[in-house]
Amino acid sequence: MAKSIPLAQAVAENLNPGDTVAFEGFTHLIPHAAAHEAIRQNIGDLTLIRMTPDVIYDQMIGMGLAKKIIFSYAGNPGVGLLRRLRDSIENGWPHRIEFEEHSHSAMANAYEAGAAGLPCAVFRGYKGAGLKEVNPNIRSVTCPFTGEELAAVPAIRPDVSFIHAQKADRKGNVLVEGIIGIQKEAVLAARRAVVTVEEVVDDLGTHTNACVLPNWTISAISVVPGGAHPSYAHGYYDRDNASYLEWDEIAADRDRFLAWMKTNVLEADPADFADRIKGLETAR
Amino acid sequence: MTSADFTSDEMMTIAASRALSNSDVCFVGIGAPSAACNVARLSHAPDITLIYESGTIGTAPQVLPLSIGDGELCDTAVTTVSVPEMFRYWLQGGRVTVGFLGAAQLDRFGNINTTVIGDYDHPKTRLPGGGGAPEIASSCGEIFITLKQSKRSMVSKIDFFTSFGHGEGGDHRQRIGMTTRGPTLLVTDLAIWKPDPETKEFVVTSLHPGVTRETVQETCGWSVRFATDLEETPAPTAAELAVLRDLKARTEKAHGGSKKNGAES
Repeated sequence: MAKSIPLAQAVAENLNPGDTVAFEGFTHLIPHAAAHEAIRQNIGDLTLIRMTPDVIYDQMIGMGLAKKIIFSYAGNPGVGLLRRLRDSIENGWPHRIEFEEHSHSAMANAYEAGAAGLPCAVFRGYKGAGLKEVNPNIRSVTCPFTGEELAAVPAIRPDVSFIHAQKADRKGNVLVEGIIGIQKEAVLAARRAVVTVEEVVDDLGTHTNACVLPNWTISAISVVPGGAHPSYAHGYYDRDNASYLEWDEIAADRDRFLAWMKTNVLEADPADFADRIKGLETAR
Repeated sequence: MTSADFTSDEMMTIAASRALSNSDVCFVGIGAPSAACNVARLSHAPDITLIYESGTIGTAPQVLPLSIGDGELCDTAVTTVSVPEMFRYWLQGGRVTVGFLGAAQLDRFGNINTTVIGDYDHPKTRLPGGGGAPEIASSCGEIFITLKQSKRSMVSKIDFFTSFGHGEGGDHRQRIGMTTRGPTLLVTDLAIWKPDPETKEFVVTSLHPGVTRETVQETCGWSVRFATDLEETPAPTAAELAVLRDLKARTEKAHGGSKKNGAES
């Protein structure tokens, strides 16, 4: 049953050094506040899973907290490359991370298999693709009915998943709206799940087929207004595109990166996110 | 009516947009493909279905998205589905007629690299990777590619097979069990290319106005073949240019001016 607790406590109780962890969000609803809390608590040796690792994994890798990354697209969306991830893979700073690379299709299927309690995902993919030559976790199975050769990848089963959502009700049921990405699967595939929300309301005010995660699927809920910034929360605030462009410059230099992290993460607080979305709020 | 005053980028986007029709269901890559697809929707193909991999189906943005998951894509979509549903039911299920991709590196058979420059394990440049591209390339009915010509991007040998085009050419796709057509069109800032029916090598079929064979060869890393009945691409019409320029102006305003269109997905 979801406990409503401060973010620092939710991270301390659910994320351990050496864990396999997913901070998911597909451009929308990226759990920046939760990732920053993990960085503040200096929880390291992590295997980071995400379809679209962007700024938060760039930050965690640059701070030396990642042992390995499992991903399908490692870029700054709409801007370019991830410079801290590149520095790790190309130059070994601050250390060289291991990486396991897939396609979006494989990762989406693997999360779904994890949520479904299956050991692997089967799909039609990777035909002619170079990744299957370099990733031993990309294999194949033969359909027992048609004989078709299909791709197979291991299910994703994180120790813990973190997501950000619009709102929870007072019982801790969570509503995710807009581009819902892979968040439901990330929560249901994980042993533990932590959700940050914009607000807690009496009534989710939704319709019968909405993407709702019942409270008993979630370990902890923390209220962090603005907790997705510079990503966005549909219906609450817009994407801060300028911050993504700015990140490209900050991350280009090791010292500038470390200085930025000290000021904006290590010496900051979850409550600071509310200020960061000022001027980006959408009319409701 | 045509306008003599247009850039090669505008010609590229407009030529690419003309290849799309009202009945297409198009999986849209970010950047140049996104601009071409939306120009088609705002001009001759108002009923085209545009799909972005974030799950937005039948989207109709007023401005070009910076990322594949911008809120406006969802606000204007017929429906927004989860990412696994997008890749399983809609892409793998064979519902998409055209996949529209960009490329960091491209070879003469339409094979694309967006993964690494150099060795995979110890790359000179680690690029973002394939995202949706490996299965877009195999599951869509056909693939259109658009990119600006340069010797860096159009190479004789790509460093990594992010997504499979025609492989080594000929019937290579069928030999590895693919049933879709693969790359059928390449639109650059200088020319329109189509695969030879037998070898599947891209052949220049139409030069954009004012472009010479020499320019095409100088900006391409392989020895270029030209069709015997080489055509000239019709220049952008005033109406086409107006649609594109209005779209770009709205986009600049919405994203604060300094946006870059770099990433593929």
